[in-house]
Amino acid sequence: MTYLTDVAALTRKDLRVELRARDTLPAMLLFVLSTLVVFHFALPEGTGDNAAYGLLWVAIVFTALLGLARAWVPEQEHGVLDGLVLAPSDRSAIWLGKTLATLAFLVAAQVVALPAFVVFFAPLDLTALAGVLLADIGICAVGSLMAAMAAASRSREVLLPLLVLPLAIPLIVGGVGAAISPEGERYLLLLALYDGVFAVLSWASFEYVVTE
Amino acid sequence: MTAGQYVAAAYGVVFVFVLVYVAIIAAKLVRLQRETTELLALARGREAAVRRDAAPPGEAPGEA
Amino acid sequence: MSTSSIRTLPGLAALAAGLMGFALFLAFFVAPEAAIEGVRQRIFYIHVPIALTAYFCFGLGAWKALLLLWRGDERYDLESYVAIHQGTIFGALTLITGSIWARTSWGVWWAWDEDQLVLFLVLFLFYCAYFMLRFSLEEGPRRARSSAVYGLFGVVLIPVSFLAVRLAENLIHPTVFTRDGPQMTGVMFATFCIAWAALTLLAYVLYRVELAGKRIDANLRELREVLG
Repeated sequence: MTYLTDVAALTRKDLRVELRARDTLPAMLLFVLSTLVVFHFALPEGTGDNAAYGLLWVAIVFTALLGLARAWVPEQEHGVLDGLVLAPSDRSAIWLGKTLATLAFLVAAQVVALPAFVVFFAPLDLTALAGVLLADIGICAVGSLMAAMAAASRSREVLLPLLVLPLAIPLIVGGVGAAISPEGERYLLLLALYDGVFAVLSWASFEYVVTE
Repeated sequence: MTAGQYVAAAYGVVFVFVLVYVAIIAAKLVRLQRETTELLALARGREAAVRRDAAPPGEAPGEA
Repeated sequence: MSTSSIRTLPGLAALAAGLMGFALFLAFFVAPEAAIEGVRQRIFYIHVPIALTAYFCFGLGAWKALLLLWRGDERYDLESYVAIHQGTIFGALTLITGSIWARTSWGVWWAWDEDQLVLFLVLFLFYCAYFMLRFSLEEGPRRARSSAVYGLFGVVLIPVSFLAVRLAENLIHPTVFTRDGPQMTGVMFATFCIAWAALTLLAYVLYRVELAGKRIDANLRELREVLG
């Protein structure tokens, strides 16, 4: 039980820090909304809805990257990560706490962005929304691990997208497929598989990445 | 380009890659050779210094 | 890798050279020309083995990475890195030869509905990022472990990406280009296998050569510290 309480405490910490600082979530929100507006101008007249769904996913991925990059900054700046690593709890709890917190921010940003998308562009059915949620989990899981890797480097802002984007490709395929394909369930299955495999892998390997 | 020329290009690219690799290794060998000669000089210098220190102090003034 | 094992290297290299020569001979003088595709089908004998060899190298890299995380012996870091380096080089070759093949088969330099090529592109990008990761971290156990974890992610990505690319095909456009699956005769298959063996052995020899070079570098650096 202590493992879960550790995770809960870590997640709560991140959420509370954000509530006080209020810099990550508003940035993500504004970013995703601006991107959607840019897409309207980027899509030529007469483009079908499908292009819009594709671009939605680009927006989601980059918003997630924004959130992930910000998630580790406080730790790195104040040396909190070393303190957390020395703490007696299982280090993978740090990863889980971070992932849940980032997921919360991403979902919160999407609560505003998705209705905006529906209003600006095209409808989203239940399969599409399920796809969004599953992909959110995947990108936060993998992204938290990659952000921890990149946090130790000098060029972390550039490195994080480089590490995450190839891994995000199956998620984009799954998300867009869930939105536009008549066989959306297959894509949800792909997303679920991705989440299962990579979340477990990230959880298990986090320890190796952060210890000296 | 005919199909045959494309086939030749494909095999040729592989060949060129391997040759570039050989060139890189050759450059590395040059560098390694330089390193080992420098280290050899250092080692010889060290050896000479050790022998000088080990020689009994009485002999040196006698020779001079 | 003990120093005694390096004695086998020239022998292995000679074997690779011999196999390669034999494979080329088979590919161009013995294997029958495919009826529909003609001479361009012969690219198959080098493109597919190179792709398989690249997978082999990535797999080897991931295996060494697993050994590093499991046993903690530092030498696996260099072995994993060199294997992945080889894999990336062969990966680039796969993309180049694949692109040439696409050009001869369909007149375009790239085909998004060619599963294998697209999958390879994704992997290639992934492993290029591996080098970015390595170059931006300070040398040490942390870099070794992060690289190892990343290398492991790569091989897990292979099947997942494969599924994704397969599914994506239906989204991008209906399959217009159908690959003329060569109905391989026994001779063709034998040629393919020899070529595959030759290229895998070549990759292994290159791996060992590069590894030896890097180890010599490390030894010389240490020697310099001791003497200097």
